[in-house]
Amino acid sequence: MQSQCTIGNFGDDVRSDCRVTLEIRDNGGREIVIESKVKALFGKSIQKLTEDILDFYKIENAYLKIDDAGALDYVISARIEAAIKKCIDTKEEFLLDALPQNTNLTRRDQFRRARLYLPGNTPKLAINAGIHQPDGIILDLEDSVAPPKKYEARFVVRNSLRNVDFYGAERMVRINQLPMGLEDIELIVPHGVNLILLPKCEEASQIHDVVAKIHDVQKDKEKASNIWIMPIIESAKGVMNAYQIASASPQVVALAIGLEDYTADLGTQRTEEGKETYFARCMLVNAARAAGIQAIDSVYSDIDNMDGLNHFATEGKSLGFEGMGCIHPRQIPVINAAYAPEEKEIAKAKRIVKAFHEAEEKGLGVVALGSKMIDPPVVKRAQKTITLAIKSGLLAEDWRDHE
Amino acid sequence: MSKEVKNAVGRMIPEEINGKPVVPFMGVGKYRPTGRKAAPPIATCMDYPADGDKRVKDIKEALVKSGIKDGMTISTHHHFRNGDLVANQVFHAAHELGIKDLVWFPSASFPCHSELLPYLEDGTIHHIEGSMNGPLGKFTSQGKMRGTGVLRSHGGRYQAVQDGEVHIDIAFIAAPTADFFGNANAVTGPSACGLLGFALADSQYADRVVVVTDNLVPFPCTPWQIQGNYVDFVVEMDKVGIPEKIVSGTTQITRSPDRLYIAELTAKFCEAAGLIKDGFSFQAGAGGTALSIGIYFSEILKRKGMKGGFARGGSNKYLVQMLEEGLITHILDGQTFDLEGVRSMRENPTHVWTSPFTSYNYHGKGNFASMVDIVILGATEVDVNFNANVVTHSDGYLLHGIGGWQNCLFSKNVILPIPLFRDRIPVIRDEVTTICGPGELIDIIVTERGIAINPRRKDLIEATKDSGLPIKTIEELKEEAEAICGKAEMPTLGQKVVAAIKWVDGTVIDVVREVK
Repeated sequence: MQSQCTIGNFGDDVRSDCRVTLEIRDNGGREIVIESKVKALFGKSIQKLTEDILDFYKIENAYLKIDDAGALDYVISARIEAAIKKCIDTKEEFLLDALPQNTNLTRRDQFRRARLYLPGNTPKLAINAGIHQPDGIILDLEDSVAPPKKYEARFVVRNSLRNVDFYGAERMVRINQLPMGLEDIELIVPHGVNLILLPKCEEASQIHDVVAKIHDVQKDKEKASNIWIMPIIESAKGVMNAYQIASASPQVVALAIGLEDYTADLGTQRTEEGKETYFARCMLVNAARAAGIQAIDSVYSDIDNMDGLNHFATEGKSLGFEGMGCIHPRQIPVINAAYAPEEKEIAKAKRIVKAFHEAEEKGLGVVALGSKMIDPPVVKRAQKTITLAIKSGLLAEDWRDHE
Repeated sequence: MSKEVKNAVGRMIPEEINGKPVVPFMGVGKYRPTGRKAAPPIATCMDYPADGDKRVKDIKEALVKSGIKDGMTISTHHHFRNGDLVANQVFHAAHELGIKDLVWFPSASFPCHSELLPYLEDGTIHHIEGSMNGPLGKFTSQGKMRGTGVLRSHGGRYQAVQDGEVHIDIAFIAAPTADFFGNANAVTGPSACGLLGFALADSQYADRVVVVTDNLVPFPCTPWQIQGNYVDFVVEMDKVGIPEKIVSGTTQITRSPDRLYIAELTAKFCEAAGLIKDGFSFQAGAGGTALSIGIYFSEILKRKGMKGGFARGGSNKYLVQMLEEGLITHILDGQTFDLEGVRSMRENPTHVWTSPFTSYNYHGKGNFASMVDIVILGATEVDVNFNANVVTHSDGYLLHGIGGWQNCLFSKNVILPIPLFRDRIPVIRDEVTTICGPGELIDIIVTERGIAINPRRKDLIEATKDSGLPIKTIEELKEEAEAICGKAEMPTLGQKVVAAIKWVDGTVIDVVREVK
């Protein structure tokens, strides 16, 4: 344990965040110093929150300074808690009431077209992320967080899961590579995470480790079983083991591919044309489909090139991917448009769904289109296409009334 | 301290400011001016060189020959925005001459003018009547200025000069091109910045007018945006301004995804409400969000195969592109926000330079502002009655000017696209810190979390009720912001009045109090 520490971020470009300096003292009471650009409006409430946290941890003698650039309460409390836990040994968590909408579960097969990466230790990017309506948000603890910040980032990510409204986006966390990722799981699993992304996944045993850890932390079996896992394949070995990984647990709902690291592993460069990654992408789609789960494509890193993004996403869809990662909110509408069903797909799906409803109304057990029998999986797929078409704004919700 | 009275928006206003009587704001369209306009003294050709050469050695000599005295009012202009080099030179010269208690009457000030702070401290400058941005605003807010600041809109500045509320003793006009007679323009020359509209009133009404240029051309300098017949002296300088600096944070398209989202939502609203149609006119103020709306308007017009009518500038490259693609017929420009705007104004006869007289003056025989269909503006705060603030922040600090903002409120549809909160500070409040515009003139607030329509605009509420857009009440938006940010405390401000906010008709709509 340390007697003093500094946690958080403060500086010219930092907003919606704060830096907390804590020194535990033997006597002299509490000295709380708050420097905040919103002091005139929130000075008293920051003071009260700070006192409440110190009361909670029964710290009577300490110097605590907050340099604040408009951090919300959940960020301030994450920073203070992280600082305190550097200095005193405690397992107690200081938690603000979670938003009721942040306790929902998600479905195995829900749409995961655009998933927006958010650096876990940069709260300003999380607050408005949901308004851009990605299917998922990924609070990242891995590559976007520098090694000395890994510890404090977990507290911000945990509190973001509880207290930031992502307006219906699936709440995902990319943990660190194992074994460090297991420590991440310990902190985040009880707090409304829907899906865990496991980076640099190469073998099925890593999935077994993650699943075991989830069930170890979350004793409620139903809740634990509804936390999904999306391994990210980022190496030649991972590609070769993709099927084993995909089928390692019923909690694995998708396989994602990370092409930056994969091409580095091959010793080649990632190109716009993408010949060097074609094999891996096909392999991944095939492995995922063989295991009955979703295949998710890599991110496209040039955020100013929307034509390039559109090309990449369209190609991904044609290869069999069902979505991709994104690193900037402006990429979301482009990805959603690329992954939207095509007109003739929608037309076909409409015919099948109509046939299904007609069969149902007539009490028939078998769906037929003309002389052709339609299998249940085909109906299900058509229904999914219809839902996606509605979500993409290509079909009215009440389309059947207008047919 | 002068006695205070309550004005029509419920704010307490001193009866006197800087020793002059004050008319408190009486409501929109309630105050009727009387009397005749002000006028400068009658001049005679006998006093000016017959060969037309009005050049003097430098700014100091121009000041001396203009009869500079303690207590005079000196004006400058912000055509170069943060790249102005003349205003500072004028006050350096006045300081060297030992002059005291000057009133500085800029059309706007910028951070580049923080160099003048020592003169506010030592009494060379008594007070500023104009916008007080950045460091000057902070200085004023802390109650350190000797007199009381007076903020006016661009149109209000013209009105104040024309009505004789402000008498300019000496006007300095920084001109990118001029001849020795004083004809001047800003569309040509190495420092070209577009136009000189903000200096029009000064040229017409000031006792003495000095043109300062770094590009003297043989007579005649054409086009003459400023006519030499108003000008007393011409000064040559190495450089009058840095045109690249007219592009500042408030004049660039935003790259922030959240603000682009708000801009896009604003455009969608306009489309859903049926405001975008053939021949429609619009104006987007400074501020990255407002400026980027033009891009979305372009997309909608192209998609629908429509063409707009005139657009009011602040012109920038995006507006110029719309003009050149034929999506709008004219740009009626008040100031250029980038060098593409300058080029277009120079080359394209349908890119027209205007002035606060034509565009904004409330005491004229009409003005352009009320003819505009859609105006997009910013605000630091809006209250639940749609009253809005553009000059102070919620902590009480005076940090921005009014610009053309108040004048633009007379447009047919006034839209404020603003984030619901900035760095935890909610933008929609129970009461704004300073009222700059009355809620009856503000129609729509667009935030990233929803759109509020002023209940007075039943037509817009009806037109958009089935649009699928996130229409909410302003109270709902306020509560949403408070749920995220927490409820803000009310900062305690002092009693001392540090600045007055004029309405477009010269009455006082609010005052700014000292920050303790």
